[in-house]
Amino acid sequence: MDLTTNSLLLTWTVFTPAIGLAAILLLLALRPLARWPQVFLDQAARGIGVVTTVVATALGIALWAGFDGSTAALQFIHRTVWMRSWNIEYFVAVDGLSLSMVVLTVVVFLAGAVASLPWWGALDDHHPHFSKRHVPGYWVLFLLLETGVLGTFAAQDFFLFYVFWEVMLLPMYFLIGIWGAPPRRDPDGRVRGGPYAAIKFFLYTLAGSVLMLLAMIAIYYASGPGTLADGTATQHTFNLPLLARQAREGTFLRAAPILGLDFARVVFVGLFIGFAIKVPMFPFHTWLPDAHVDAPTPISVILAGILLKTGVYGLFRFNLQLFPGALDWASYAVGVLGVVNIVYGAFVCMAQKDLKKLIAYSSVSHMGFCLLGLAAGTPQAVNGAIFQMVGHGIVSPMLFLVAGVIYDRAHTRQIEAFGGLAHRMPEYAAVTGLAFMASLGLPGLAGFVGEVLVFLGSFAATDPLFRVLVSIGALSVIITAAYYLWTMQRMFLGPFNEAWAHLMDMNWRERITLYPLAVVTVVLGVWPVPVFRMLEGTVGTLIGGLGH
Amino acid sequence: MHHPILKDFPLFWIPLLPLLGAFWNGTQGWWTQRRFGRAAVHLPAVILPAASTVVAIWGFLVLWFGDPGTVLHDSLWAWLDIPPLRAEVAFQMDRLSAVMALVVTFVGTLIHVYSTGYMKDDPAYWRFFAYLNLFLFAMLVLVLGDNLLLMFVGWEGVGLCSYLLISFWWRDREKAKAGMKAFVVNRIGDFGFTLGVFLLFFGLMTTPARPVPPADRPGSPDVAGHLEPLPPTSVTFREIEQLLQDPSRRDLLVQRKVLGLSLVTLVCLLLFVGATGKSAQIPLYVWLPDAMAGPTPVSALIHAATMVTAGVYLVARMHFLFSLSPGAMTVVASIGALTALFAASIGLFQHDIKKVLAYSTVSQLGFMFLAVGVGAWWVGIFHLMTHAFFKACLFLGSGSVILGCHHEQDMRRMGGLRRLMPITATTYLLATAAIAGFPFFSGFFSKDEILWKAFDSGNLLLPGGGVLLWGMAAVAAFGTSYYMFRSYYLTFSGSYRGAGDHGADVASGHDADHHAPDPHGTPAEGHHGSLPHESPVSMTAVLAVLAALAVIGGLVGLPHLWHLPNFFEAWLEPVFESSAPRIVSAGHGHGWEWALMAISVALAFGGFGLARWLYRDARNPLPERLARSPNRWVRGLHRVVYHKYYVDEAYDLTAVRGALWTSRAFAWWDVQVVDRLVIWVGAIGRLLGWIGGAMDRAFVDGAVEAVGEMISGAGNRVRRWHSGRIQAYVQGIALGAVALVVVAYLLAW
Amino acid sequence: MSVGLPHLMFLSAVLLALGLYTMVTRRNAVAILMGVELVLNAGLLNLVAFSRFGRGIDGQVFGVFGVVLAAAEAVVALAIVLQVFRAMRSVDASRADRMKE
Repeated sequence: MDLTTNSLLLTWTVFTPAIGLAAILLLLALRPLARWPQVFLDQAARGIGVVTTVVATALGIALWAGFDGSTAALQFIHRTVWMRSWNIEYFVAVDGLSLSMVVLTVVVFLAGAVASLPWWGALDDHHPHFSKRHVPGYWVLFLLLETGVLGTFAAQDFFLFYVFWEVMLLPMYFLIGIWGAPPRRDPDGRVRGGPYAAIKFFLYTLAGSVLMLLAMIAIYYASGPGTLADGTATQHTFNLPLLARQAREGTFLRAAPILGLDFARVVFVGLFIGFAIKVPMFPFHTWLPDAHVDAPTPISVILAGILLKTGVYGLFRFNLQLFPGALDWASYAVGVLGVVNIVYGAFVCMAQKDLKKLIAYSSVSHMGFCLLGLAAGTPQAVNGAIFQMVGHGIVSPMLFLVAGVIYDRAHTRQIEAFGGLAHRMPEYAAVTGLAFMASLGLPGLAGFVGEVLVFLGSFAATDPLFRVLVSIGALSVIITAAYYLWTMQRMFLGPFNEAWAHLMDMNWRERITLYPLAVVTVVLGVWPVPVFRMLEGTVGTLIGGLGH
Repeated sequence: MHHPILKDFPLFWIPLLPLLGAFWNGTQGWWTQRRFGRAAVHLPAVILPAASTVVAIWGFLVLWFGDPGTVLHDSLWAWLDIPPLRAEVAFQMDRLSAVMALVVTFVGTLIHVYSTGYMKDDPAYWRFFAYLNLFLFAMLVLVLGDNLLLMFVGWEGVGLCSYLLISFWWRDREKAKAGMKAFVVNRIGDFGFTLGVFLLFFGLMTTPARPVPPADRPGSPDVAGHLEPLPPTSVTFREIEQLLQDPSRRDLLVQRKVLGLSLVTLVCLLLFVGATGKSAQIPLYVWLPDAMAGPTPVSALIHAATMVTAGVYLVARMHFLFSLSPGAMTVVASIGALTALFAASIGLFQHDIKKVLAYSTVSQLGFMFLAVGVGAWWVGIFHLMTHAFFKACLFLGSGSVILGCHHEQDMRRMGGLRRLMPITATTYLLATAAIAGFPFFSGFFSKDEILWKAFDSGNLLLPGGGVLLWGMAAVAAFGTSYYMFRSYYLTFSGSYRGAGDHGADVASGHDADHHAPDPHGTPAEGHHGSLPHESPVSMTAVLAVLAALAVIGGLVGLPHLWHLPNFFEAWLEPVFESSAPRIVSAGHGHGWEWALMAISVALAFGGFGLARWLYRDARNPLPERLARSPNRWVRGLHRVVYHKYYVDEAYDLTAVRGALWTSRAFAWWDVQVVDRLVIWVGAIGRLLGWIGGAMDRAFVDGAVEAVGEMISGAGNRVRRWHSGRIQAYVQGIALGAVALVVVAYLLAW
Repeated sequence: MSVGLPHLMFLSAVLLALGLYTMVTRRNAVAILMGVELVLNAGLLNLVAFSRFGRGIDGQVFGVFGVVLAAAEAVVALAIVLQVFRAMRSVDASRADRMKE
């Protein structure tokens, strides 16, 4: 396998946000000299942020345009030695899986960036809208987050992956904690709000990271010899393609047991829990509703659209690629957990009173499809799972943007508080309807393709258990339809609640974010083939190690 | 089985044209209507479906002049393409699809025309036509899609449009809920449909075929369709049919057991679950009567003529599969017959004219399923077509009545409309005669054929073959005739009973503060508060066309008994050729057929006579007496039937409340158990932290502090020496000097 | 009996002791100053004596300088005492402790 540097485009894509970040920091540093007013700094930060995300998006699309999906080989490789003493390299490259996520990331961040532009309303005098608080800081963290996420998807060195993974964690903590909802006391007596959600999110994901770190170290010491970018031979390696090849050659099967347990299985479980927390998988999902509800809209968008995918991406990249044997061993558990996610999440959705919470739980439900697809491991199921990531990555941002629209105006998200809104906000009702329909898996929209492929592929798996699982999981199509339509009916239909007579329909900022996503939703629904083409070579290699 | 395939026919225009209309009106209609008036909305909305009809007719003619069995095929792009799964966005038109497409486009266009009159006072005129066009698009995808998954797109698409149109007057909470109910109940059916598709895909994939010698493959490679190597599995209708040509694969599919049933039976049953949802059969029929909340043209188009027949089309389309499973066919036929009887019995006592028609639709759909369930595919489709004509006519007639009566739907407040609305009354009467099965009307031919095929079926796994089902269907036919004529007499005969209190807000199910004043009550029409009036020509013309078709539409399928050509059967024969050998007759002779025909004519007239006796001119007091019968049992029975056997209530108690309860239980569990567990883990962390902190304070920090204490204490003590008195310093210096001397001395020594 | 170094050293020690005693016991700043002069001259006497019985005249030269310095020192010291008196209306050295701490 040829792993020499052949393009810097990917590195540019990953670090473009970092350049914007540096520019904002530079402005902040120059402020005492130039005596700029705060308004100028705020506007400049916004401008730099948006321009940077646009450039990153263009670069991401350029990657896609130059990508050859028919092969599983890594492309846009950039590789150089980073920490020689630990055989750590700076090694970024994409295959179909990575690229699909990179493209999704730049698109969702673009939507998030536009959604971060100011809305000139306020929650109350003491708590201005998040888009007007500590603006340069917000954009610095926002751009740092984008670099972290892009790096996570592009890294082909385990250690580098881990670094980016942690880089991703930190800005998210502050973005939720500082720009999220102010602390409040809930009826059950507990104090919730942005800070609570941020800490919960942080600790939870950090716990996962620790497991991942341990697994990474274990894998490193179990790995065979490798070669650095400059040709130096090493005893162990962090190089992912190399690790994958060694996995295929059985290196990890021969590794010494840990505490008397099979090496591959122990490491698999460690990695699995680490990533499952991010997915989030039942029963590790409870950080998600809190984080979503209290995060500002664009951060919810990114959280649902991208951050959840890093978990599934990790499962595919590490658990599946390095330990296919252990995945075979665990496929029952993973499949069952996936279906629990699907059905349980759907049922919990139906009981929610808060629109954003409902959408958050629907993410739990929809990410279950990815787990089921991973467990089944047939070409259709795995393609479906990855497509589900893309589809959900487009649809769930729409849903959160929709929730943001009403929250910015009404300052409440209680579904029961509304009624007949279609009278006052017909355009908003239509867009919401489209987003709901896409999320409930209406054929012809993006949500359907992933779901049907996962179900079809899992149904065709060799093991009869999967047919039972699909039969149970498919019940979710009924529940999902029920809760979305019920929400639709309670919020938008019926007699108009005159309390909301002052609400305005969507403004241009919201249109700019929602309409392109809506178009993508429809296009992906009727013409998903570009995504499949991107994945064509990769999926075959990914599932090559599975037992069927 | 080989069909010549013509690949260069632009079938995609048929669904695309209505889609364009939907897109135009959906995105631009809100201002074009305001700026240029209603014509700007309804011209594209009517012309585009009409153009679509023209393309469909063109396709029909190509088939007409082509070889029997020719298939038009138009592949656009690959949709879901992960080998071995390959579902294209591709349309096919064989003779079956052609009939469906013609019915859909033709009746659809007529109903668009009708709607220009019916909906003309609705401010959301543009939205209505956008939805209606979208519905046509989805329905055409459903009937033209060349594979199960694309069909499912249309299948759900029509469900969506049905939802949108039932809830069209969404300000009324009940109407919004009716739409929701329709969608969710349909989703239950879709659950079965998708599982059926999955199981079929899986079954075909895992039953490998023997290599088939080329000689076994009929057809010559020189026609347009070339023989491609068969994939091991498929979701495309044509390919599945070809795969099942191989006897070994067929046998494997039949013999393989899943859950104690043969795989093919289970597939058929699951698909049929989907069909019961879409086509409102037992047990999923409950949404259809509620769906009458939508505007009446919608009821005519979606809930009578086209969408609800999708299930019948599905079974007929999958005939090669259903015919492999006598068990599944028996279930289809039995459910059909049962639904026919059951729905007819509910129809007997309804007062709402649209509800009567709704239950009649459910019942007629049951007849269709009975037909396809006994393998009489063409008869099912034949009845589907005639039903589309007469039921659309009836619904539109009822719409005309409702419009004329200022949105009154209760037949007890009508009466005597024959004088006031002669065209509507005549067309309604003709359509009623057709549905009742009066000889030579269209319904007679199709329904009679169903009864005969059911009676004569040799495929059913029931004791006595089809006789039982025939009996149920015959009773249902009698009931149909009765309640349809009852509705006719209640509505059109006698004298008008709605005067005096008709008007503002007595209309059942009509919200007085509705923003969209349904087409009644505008002063411009000058009829507010006046007697019912005949509808505008855009509506009556459509009624006339449909009534004509309801009368003569049956002539394309004349009984063999009369030794006349049956065009319809001949037309569809090539489509169903592959399953024909498996459909057997019980071998009853012509004598039986004549006798049954006589019986069904007698039943039709019997129902007519009874209705005439009881309801003509509303003079017979018997119906009232029956409802108020002193006999507890009679009264109770009446009440149970009138309340639709309390099925809705039963569903509400079980399924709806069960789901809600489960969801609440899960949500409680999520917050109170799972999340609390997490918080406990966090609390344990905090406890450990506190313990660590205490240890830290006590020991580690204690040591550090002690050193600090020592230093500052020493400083305090030393500070006192610094008194500021010179003598003290001198003292110190002197003592120090002495000490130094002493020390030096001692050291030196 | 000739006067030798030990005698001179003894005289110097007595002067030192008397000077120290004066400095420690007297509270009058002028008296303390006189004690200081005694201590200083005890030291000078030592320098001269070592010079007489040693080599060279360096010590005697230092002695002469020391007398001059003592005069200057006495002037400065008396000036300070005068200022202290003007500030505090007293020359009691034990009360002039404002600079402690």
